[in-house]
Amino acid sequence: MEAAGAMAGRRIRVRGLVQGVGFRPHVWRLARVLDIAGDVANDGEGVIIHAWGDPAALDGFQDRLRREAPPLARIDAIEVFPHRGPAPHGFTIAASAVGLARTGIVPDAATCPACRAELFDPADRRQSYAFGNCTHCGPRLSIVSAIPYDRANTAMAAFTLCPACAAEYANPADRRFHAQPTACPACGPRLWLEPAPEAGTDPLDAAAALLRAGAIVAVKGIGGFHLACDAADTKAVAELRRRKARDAKPFAVMARSVDEVGRYCRLDDAACALLQSPAAPIVLLPRRPDGAPLPDGLAPDQDHLGFMLPYTPLHHLLMARVDGPLVMTSGNRSDEPQVITNEDARARLVGLADAWLMHDRAILNRLDDSVVAATGGAPAILRRARGYAPAPLPLPPGLDGLPPTLAMGGELKATFCLLREGQAILSQHIGDLENAAAFDDYRVLLRLYRDLFDFTPEVIAVDAHPDYLSTTLGAALARECGARLVSVGHHYAHMAACLADAGIGLAEGGDGTFGLILDGLGLGADGTLWGGEILRGGYRGVTRVAHIAPVALAGGAAAMRQPWRNLVAQLRQAFGETWRDQAAPVLDHLPADAHVAVLERMLETGTNAPPCSSAGRLFDAVAAALGIHPARIGHEAQAAMALEALARPHVATARPYPAAFGGDDPVVVGWAPMWRALLDDLAAGEVPGLIAARFHLSLVEALVQATGRVGAGPGALVALSGGVLQNRIILHELQARLRAAGWRPVIHGQVPANDGGLALGQAVLAALIADGRGHDRTKPPGI
Amino acid sequence: MSHGGGGRAMARLIRDIFLRHLANPLLDQGHDATRLDVGSGRIAVTTDAHVISPLFFPGGDIGSLAVHGTLNDLAMAGARPMALTAAFIIEEGFPLADLDRIAASMGRASRDAGVPVATGDTKVVERGKGDGVFITTSGIGVVPEGVDISPRRLSPGQVILLSGPVGDHGIAILSKRQGLEFGTEIRSDSAALHRMVADMIAAVPGVAVLRDPTRGGLSATLNELANAAGVGMQLEERAIPVRPEVAAACELLGLDPLNVANEGKLVCVCEPGDAETLLAVMRDHAEGRDAARIGHVTVDRPGFVRMTTAIGGQRVVDWLSGEQLPRIC
Ligand SMILES: [Fe+3]
Ligand SMILES: [Mg+2]
Ligand SMILES: [Zn+2]
Ligand SMILES: [Zn+2]
Repeated sequence: MEAAGAMAGRRIRVRGLVQGVGFRPHVWRLARVLDIAGDVANDGEGVIIHAWGDPAALDGFQDRLRREAPPLARIDAIEVFPHRGPAPHGFTIAASAVGLARTGIVPDAATCPACRAELFDPADRRQSYAFGNCTHCGPRLSIVSAIPYDRANTAMAAFTLCPACAAEYANPADRRFHAQPTACPACGPRLWLEPAPEAGTDPLDAAAALLRAGAIVAVKGIGGFHLACDAADTKAVAELRRRKARDAKPFAVMARSVDEVGRYCRLDDAACALLQSPAAPIVLLPRRPDGAPLPDGLAPDQDHLGFMLPYTPLHHLLMARVDGPLVMTSGNRSDEPQVITNEDARARLVGLADAWLMHDRAILNRLDDSVVAATGGAPAILRRARGYAPAPLPLPPGLDGLPPTLAMGGELKATFCLLREGQAILSQHIGDLENAAAFDDYRVLLRLYRDLFDFTPEVIAVDAHPDYLSTTLGAALARECGARLVSVGHHYAHMAACLADAGIGLAEGGDGTFGLILDGLGLGADGTLWGGEILRGGYRGVTRVAHIAPVALAGGAAAMRQPWRNLVAQLRQAFGETWRDQAAPVLDHLPADAHVAVLERMLETGTNAPPCSSAGRLFDAVAAALGIHPARIGHEAQAAMALEALARPHVATARPYPAAFGGDDPVVVGWAPMWRALLDDLAAGEVPGLIAARFHLSLVEALVQATGRVGAGPGALVALSGGVLQNRIILHELQARLRAAGWRPVIHGQVPANDGGLALGQAVLAALIADGRGHDRTKPPGI
Repeated sequence: MSHGGGGRAMARLIRDIFLRHLANPLLDQGHDATRLDVGSGRIAVTTDAHVISPLFFPGGDIGSLAVHGTLNDLAMAGARPMALTAAFIIEEGFPLADLDRIAASMGRASRDAGVPVATGDTKVVERGKGDGVFITTSGIGVVPEGVDISPRRLSPGQVILLSGPVGDHGIAILSKRQGLEFGTEIRSDSAALHRMVADMIAAVPGVAVLRDPTRGGLSATLNELANAAGVGMQLEERAIPVRPEVAAACELLGLDPLNVANEGKLVCVCEPGDAETLLAVMRDHAEGRDAARIGHVTVDRPGFVRMTTAIGGQRVVDWLSGEQLPRIC
């Protein structure tokens, strides 16, 4: 094309997730098709295009930039300015300027349709190759060690491109143009099985044969090792559960296709789309009563199953060799994070796996499978990791211009959050920090994210709890980099996380906003432990206007592991010292009298029994009353999740129990009337599921009434957050009842309602406080 | 409050109770300031305020505890204790019989330890302004030439030794105070460790660090050391002795034995080659019969203490800011 001064020049700025996703070649191809001259480059703000051509062609160009964007791109804005200067010849891709660290990194993405087609194409040189990928798919965050995001700074540095791959990499017309992890059988990672199968046997064939025969195979994936077995093989599933001792968590299942998933679970369009999305999360789906049989051991006490589809070529090849779905649960010992290195897999999974399907592409950053709830209403991310992190979350209006802020998150399900320029970058789910491996990961990832996003915090936000490891680490970090340390009340952070997640702007989330925060435990503004709160106020500050009556947490964290403790504490609170006279229907669920006597004494004397308004522990108490794991649970919320599943079929017909309302500032919700009626139901031999449903509705009804008592005006926003909001009955019923009463419920979507989302709320609030636009009423510590 | 004015009643109290039980040539000098002949070496001095409820508990009382605590503080500096001082703050109306018992116990502990109480002071405060009795003890000792015990000497590769089971004292106090019954009586481990320490230093003069894991327990002590020295520590849960009855009580109470106070235990950090010698010396003493090697000092993760758990995981052994405030639930 000839340069022509008469032609209009335009400067086109594209913002969003447009780097490292094949956006420049997309621009280049469109320009060629539409006969447009100019250039395209990455810079610190995204992608910048200079384009000369026929005005109509330029309009079409801008339109198609957006409409035909590559699958992993997310365009937040396209801004167009006139541009002077002579048009160049042709269209070129300019090299990226060096030192622009804001060229973030996109999440790992499931194998794209084109790469999948190659995998099963006998004519393709990547047929049956387990590590193919392109600009539209493949590993990203899991393999990066430093910036800039170039092959040399990834786990692929160990593999030198062969001439064929190098040609693809250099060709803007190719799907693999600048695809950093690109590979082929000639030059890329290789796969093997340990112990080695008979010579000449394909490792995938051998692994599949083992799986079909009921063995447990450790499989190295994108973000960590899985333990796999035949999901339909009751014995294999039971054996896996036995080997993963102490662990009653549901196993995730991988199926070949949505059709296969549909044989077991109810699916709607939203769920299908999620399963097939590039993030390829585990999607929690209701089991079909008429569904194909699967062992109960997959998800004990649960009426949902977590399904995902193959998301790497390795998975596709393996799934094609087995007869049905495979369990794909995290490869770890009980409470530990899943292993990511071959050495650890060999050492730590001994006795868990019968064989190891391994490869030599290192996993540098652990990424657990993300978990999404998709049924009934908008999808909600319950665990945000592979496929979602570290994509920035846009912040709602009014929350721009804030100082760069690092929020350290909580203690369990830890994540951290970088806030800058109207965006929040939430780390992947890291795990429980008391676990040394998770704590190591936390510190390594903190460094990595700060590097990847060239981030220096001016403000560091921590939870109000002085003993969270994230709090002490944040305080040390603040001293180190001279940042201002701001501590944020736990439940206030939950509320702000929900508002920000739902896109509620600073002005909208004002003083007339309410937060209904239900969770396990967190330190509140008065220095006591909270967990079932109604907060009034918005981003600029809140007060606690109502809460669940505090009940002793007998034995501190032991109350979380042993539900019976909460049952005794609740009954003693409801009925006083003579609680045993009322408790006949539940006495069977309590341990030996001597143990109960010690607990009672602890309650009387306040020995390691701090009062706490926890909603989570109320769930445990009710579950224990129904005989659901009263003695001990293996993971947080195990009893509560079983209670939810038990209740679900009865929710439509159940009526709530009464609650008691005391005080007016704050309003205090007490459960003595509920316990009386619940024990009567038990004594009368009522169906446990109905009792469980009545309890769920009691909590909902009491909180809705309390919301009215504290003066929520018509149309008031009510943010629903905290771990208990991952209970779908509570979430749906609360929304329905709040709406019916004329209020506007605000719920989570992209960010978990539990402590995994805490860091987002901390970041927003601390930044506002540091900016002089908000305050927290958390008391300063005294002696 | 006739004892409060410093007159004849106070003189009688001191004579009848404190002098009777604590008598020794130094105290008998009768001066407000006692002269000590310390010989050569560097002087170590420490002071400790003892406030404890209950005043009497299985395995000891505030009197013996005041002696042991101060002797141990001297011993952990590598010092040979020479003398103690004691100041009593007594609440008006406190039973004389109890005070007598406390002074007698103090005298016994001091005689058993071979370290006299050289001087003292007594004050009586109005009812409601104290909690029975508070005792402040100071101690003076001499550090032999060549002994240099300090967290600065911690370095990677060194071995961490513990003189016996942890958690006894804290659980004994708590169960007595709160009236908790655990089937078996749990006794405080309150004991003087200076003789065992003297033998340890004689056998291995180069021992790097000695600490008594009192308040905050083993985890606070180790975290303090790791922080002060900028090193990491790796522990083995299986190797840390805990009496079964203490473990059972902790389980019921929801407490971590590593966070519970001790009054007769020490942590010793030494070169790996000296570990067996030191363990043998400790095991020769009643106070160190169950001594064990519990971990080592690492170069990585400075400032953090980690532990391989009984089931083979790794957990962060944390340092709590105060009361055990539950973090998780
Ligand atoms: Fe929480
Ligand atoms: Mg001291
Ligand atoms: Zn692809
Ligand atoms: Zn190649």
